[in-house]
Amino acid sequence: MNLNDLLNNRGEWLKCTGPNSDIVMSSRIRLARNLAKYSFSHWASKKEQQEVLEISKQAVSLSKKIKNCLCLDIGKLDTIDRQFLVERHLMSKEHGVEAENKGLCVGDKEILSIMINEEDHLRIQVMKSGFDLRDAWYVINDIDNELSSSLYYAYSIDFGYLTACPTNTGTGMRASVMLHLPSLVMTKQIGKVLQAITKLSLTARGLYGEGTEASGNFFQISNQVSLGHKEEDIIDNIERIIKQIIDHEHSARDALISQNKAVLEDRIWRAYGTLKSAYIITSSETIDLLSLVRLGLDLNLIKKVDRALINELFMIIQPAHLQKIEKKKLNPNERDIKRAQIIREKLGE
Amino acid sequence: MLCNICSKNQATVHLTEIIDEKMTELHLCEDCAQKKSTQMESHFGLADLLAGLADLGTQFNKTSKEIKVKCSRCGLTYEDFKRIGRLGCGECYSTFKDSLLPLLKRIHGSTQHYGKSPKKMPKIGKIVRTRNELQDLRDKLQKVIQLEQFEEAAKLRDKIRELEKRKKK
Repeated sequence: MNLNDLLNNRGEWLKCTGPNSDIVMSSRIRLARNLAKYSFSHWASKKEQQEVLEISKQAVSLSKKIKNCLCLDIGKLDTIDRQFLVERHLMSKEHGVEAENKGLCVGDKEILSIMINEEDHLRIQVMKSGFDLRDAWYVINDIDNELSSSLYYAYSIDFGYLTACPTNTGTGMRASVMLHLPSLVMTKQIGKVLQAITKLSLTARGLYGEGTEASGNFFQISNQVSLGHKEEDIIDNIERIIKQIIDHEHSARDALISQNKAVLEDRIWRAYGTLKSAYIITSSETIDLLSLVRLGLDLNLIKKVDRALINELFMIIQPAHLQKIEKKKLNPNERDIKRAQIIREKLGE
Repeated sequence: MLCNICSKNQATVHLTEIIDEKMTELHLCEDCAQKKSTQMESHFGLADLLAGLADLGTQFNKTSKEIKVKCSRCGLTYEDFKRIGRLGCGECYSTFKDSLLPLLKRIHGSTQHYGKSPKKMPKIGKIVRTRNELQDLRDKLQKVIQLEQFEEAAKLRDKIRELEKRKKK
């Protein structure tokens, strides 16, 4: 497998096969791990970073649980390829900056990815379709156990897994769920929901991770605390809260349908119409319109379109994806034209 | 209109900056705007917030001499940590333990790990597992007491005592 093959594949988590796929896009767990005998990546010498990269890559290649793995040296990739990996949620934006000695391993079906020499030596991530943190935990725990029998992790009896930033120490775990909550946004209840989440030591972010604004009604909700609670308890806590948010979104959808069905239908079909006929379209407009179409599918107002196709469109309308598809650099205006063309083709199929 | 920074590409991003009550307008191309925005992002981040909290442990009863301690493994000082918001290596957690404890308490509401341990450290793993088990039993005990199931509570209490004895050995 090479980097360009990813373009023709649809990541497992985009397939809409998991539980509650109407509201939950994906469930993700990441573990932060460091090697005991080395300084953390940002503080390490170039030589140390190189050694960490080599040792980690070797441990991954010897693993029996990680199959058909694609290992990349981020420093050797051009900016479009780096952005492409960020857009696919396989690595963070920061990982693409000052990328010397940084590595990325991508597992089969893009369920697993391991960033090497990001903020921590290893950032292991598992992503599943729909609301399925438990399965994600099952997979990542297994891989972490296997890696920890060949790698010597930095760990203390008091503080657990030691990380560069004290906000991640303990379990080193961040569990997050990507939710699509258009009805809570339309009925203006989302503010209250997000406020309540913060009080329960969870945090909400946008579609594209840390430091991004929520767009297209997508919200990524994750735990903030990593020390003092067992992994399973942290997951259990998030699950309980997410279940309630899902229920709220369902009742908001019911309310919208019963109160104002014609208005809602009009908005959704206009969105669909624009996507099918536009010749120039920006990514933010696309995301807003796709969000409405997705809602239309969930409410059975639109029936002809496959939900996985809409998910795929969210992915491939992003700048680096468009440029990979076109196999050349495109300026923003050219991208808006190419984007509109791809959407017309895909929805016309 | 051409980009104000590179003067090569068409400007598509229009930015208004206010510095010391003086307003300037910038017209930038996509590439220069992106560079500019990463500059602004790095201006204020989690590291800065953390650096503010990092003073927690050092404000009181600490002489400046103690603050200048260096980690013997990686050479990081507490001043460095306050500046960059990141520690230098695993050993830093022992070197700066006294200063980190109040910080961890503030961030996580706890100062002790509860959860899994690496396969390669069976001895440490055993201690952590016993500690986890004790914590689980204590949580359960609280629950059954609230439910007034005293028979069950007595059983749990005995189990806890036994585990505590074993832990001391």
